[in-house]
Amino acid sequence: MYDKEKGLFEAFVAGKMSRRELLRATGKLGLSASAAGMLISSAQTKAMAADFDWMKYKGTKLKLLLNKHPYADAMIANIETFKSMTGIDVAWDIFPEDVYFDKVTAALSSGSGEYDAFMTGAYMTWTYGPAGWIDDLNEYIKDPAKTNPTYNWEDVLPGLRASTSWNGVPGGELGSADAKQWCTPWGYELNNISYNKVMFDKVGVQPPKNIDEMVATAAKLTKDLGGPYGIGVRGSRSWASIHPGFLSGYANFGEKDFSVTDGKLKAAMNSAGSKDFHKKWVQMIQESGPKDWANYTWYQVGTDLGAGASAMIFDADILGYFMNGGDNKEKGNLGYAPFAANPAAAAPTPNVWIWSLAMASAGKQKDATWYFLQWATSVEHDLFGARKMDFVNPVRASVWKDEEFRARIDKSYTGYLHQHDVSAPGAKIYFTAQPLFFDLTTLWSENLQKMVAKEIPVDEGLDKMAAEMDQKLVEAGLG
Amino acid sequence: MATGTAKTAPAVKQSRLARKALPYLLSLPALLMCIGILIPFFTAVYYSLLRYRLNLPAMKGFIWFQNYINFFSDPKFWNTLKISLVYAGLTVIVELVLGLMIALLLQRRTRFNNFVSILLLLPLMTAPALAALMWKLMTNPNFGILSYLVSLLGFPDMKWGSDPATALFTVTLVDVWVYTPFMMILLLAGLRSLPPAPFEAAALDGVPRSFVFFRITLPMLMPYILTATLFRLLDSIQQFDIIYAMTQGGPGDKLLVFQVQAYLDFFQATNVGRSAALMIILWAITYALSNVFIKQWLKLRERAHGVA
Repeated sequence: MYDKEKGLFEAFVAGKMSRRELLRATGKLGLSASAAGMLISSAQTKAMAADFDWMKYKGTKLKLLLNKHPYADAMIANIETFKSMTGIDVAWDIFPEDVYFDKVTAALSSGSGEYDAFMTGAYMTWTYGPAGWIDDLNEYIKDPAKTNPTYNWEDVLPGLRASTSWNGVPGGELGSADAKQWCTPWGYELNNISYNKVMFDKVGVQPPKNIDEMVATAAKLTKDLGGPYGIGVRGSRSWASIHPGFLSGYANFGEKDFSVTDGKLKAAMNSAGSKDFHKKWVQMIQESGPKDWANYTWYQVGTDLGAGASAMIFDADILGYFMNGGDNKEKGNLGYAPFAANPAAAAPTPNVWIWSLAMASAGKQKDATWYFLQWATSVEHDLFGARKMDFVNPVRASVWKDEEFRARIDKSYTGYLHQHDVSAPGAKIYFTAQPLFFDLTTLWSENLQKMVAKEIPVDEGLDKMAAEMDQKLVEAGLG
Repeated sequence: MATGTAKTAPAVKQSRLARKALPYLLSLPALLMCIGILIPFFTAVYYSLLRYRLNLPAMKGFIWFQNYINFFSDPKFWNTLKISLVYAGLTVIVELVLGLMIALLLQRRTRFNNFVSILLLLPLMTAPALAALMWKLMTNPNFGILSYLVSLLGFPDMKWGSDPATALFTVTLVDVWVYTPFMMILLLAGLRSLPPAPFEAAALDGVPRSFVFFRITLPMLMPYILTATLFRLLDSIQQFDIIYAMTQGGPGDKLLVFQVQAYLDFFQATNVGRSAALMIILWAITYALSNVFIKQWLKLRERAHGVA
């Protein structure tokens, strides 16, 4: 009987049977669901440990710098698995997002080896990488002596692998053959529509299919609902206002932020197509956005949707996910839909934010740190987070196929899987990788604010902005 | 005897040495303090002379005063200078007038006045960043109490900090709320310490109250006014937390004061050279303003001593 059970769990871990089939089979053998769950974890740990010396750095102590986030919560909830498997102790400092990246910059630029690994976004590595603060993880991923044979790097969604690797050349293509892998994707968010089904039904509208429909639907919702506004998008004076919905829609029209000619960058935001998109976006905010849009970060965008103050958002899908649970007033009322701004586009092209893990160059225990990184980004941990915690969106293709995870999401989050499945193939970073990313993208958001406030017309604003950016690029030797 | 002489000579020599060294030893803590202060300052001066972006390490190099020269042709810099001076001037004037009015109302020592003056100090005990967040909630168009109140007054679409037309007004309001008590408490202390004789003489002569205020109270209070203004001006021109917490320097570039711009240059753009140069210019402005005020203050003190 024992051998029979063992065989079943091994078959499950090897992907030869689904979780449902496994539970059915173990049920026949008299095992409860909780006991089966424990045995699955044990089988997964065993599978991970097979043919790899996880205890090699036993006794080492690592220190992490973490952002307060559900991904960090999921890791902390599962950290004992790593500790018992490796004998490596792990400590961490955790900071809220408002101050997190300042803390990272301070810690890394000081050259202190206090932290071995830390959470980062892919954009930040465009600063940290060239500054020499983080290590190229290809050296570890591609070394079979350092990497568990079941790690399966290729299982990480290709758009995310490419988006977190860059050759360091301004304007260089992400994921090129000579690119360095600056971090490992951990969890990610793509940008689509999350909407209030009750409000949509009340007004009798469907989720919009393109930017023109979005402008019209948002206006109708604002007018007919008589209270909540039509659409929530970010507007604060920050690069973070450009990267979600705005750039996802912008990229869907094939518009670029910069053109690269002979290694020199030139602002491309003042093309005819770009001006047209900007006009529609500005009109949409003026007609149907929040009154104090210029103060809106992801937090306000999300909480307004959760509180019923807005009818839809074009922002991170996981923001809509979280607003559909917890103590939110609109819990259970939210739906999700893919969005391609361009009516002629075949599919959405969402820009992505990727929470990733990077290794500090100043760290003193790099091999042990890599053990932690590969565990934290492993299929097993990704699966644990996806099934048991709020680890959305997982970065591994195999986890997105997991029946238990899909069933859990499908049960309470209408349309979430569909919007993801439709959009994931086109999900990647659509910005041009270059060292002035934060200055210039913040400048973009600043000008967008001026356009929405009618301080400057869109055409003139974009021409001036492009000229200013070109000057900055020349000054930095990039233009 | 010989032994005694042999012992005394080094002792005398030692005590002479100690006497000579004593002044240096006494000033050593101050010197160490000075070094502690000056090291970061000269480091900033050094960085301001570099082309230094953390993410473009290959470009790092001495460019002497180029960062400063670049500012002259940079409209963003002039905007920063203008908005910093306007913000500092506006907040200090409003706080001074309000602080003085409140101090005059509370001048008489009564239990009620003492209680109110303590109560009025509460905003000063709030961290400015927290005050800014509190005001951000109160001015939220969806549920903010202030938005509701102004809507009753016929302004239903007041956008506060997110509207270029009202952003400066909004942050000034928060600054005034936090720092007026500072002005008030200093001026109240000044008012209460004024000698009663000139006021008694004026009362006996039946001098009008406005004349007493402008010709006796105000001139006598001037050292206190200058001190309070200097402190607030130096603080105000270096404002960061209220503006950053309320608007991050926006909308557009409406509130990009020195500290906010330097912070963004360093932490967001990692442009150490430009950020340091901005800080040095801010230091120079602060230094010049302090000098002007201190000179005025000394003049007033001399005049007061001369009169006495």
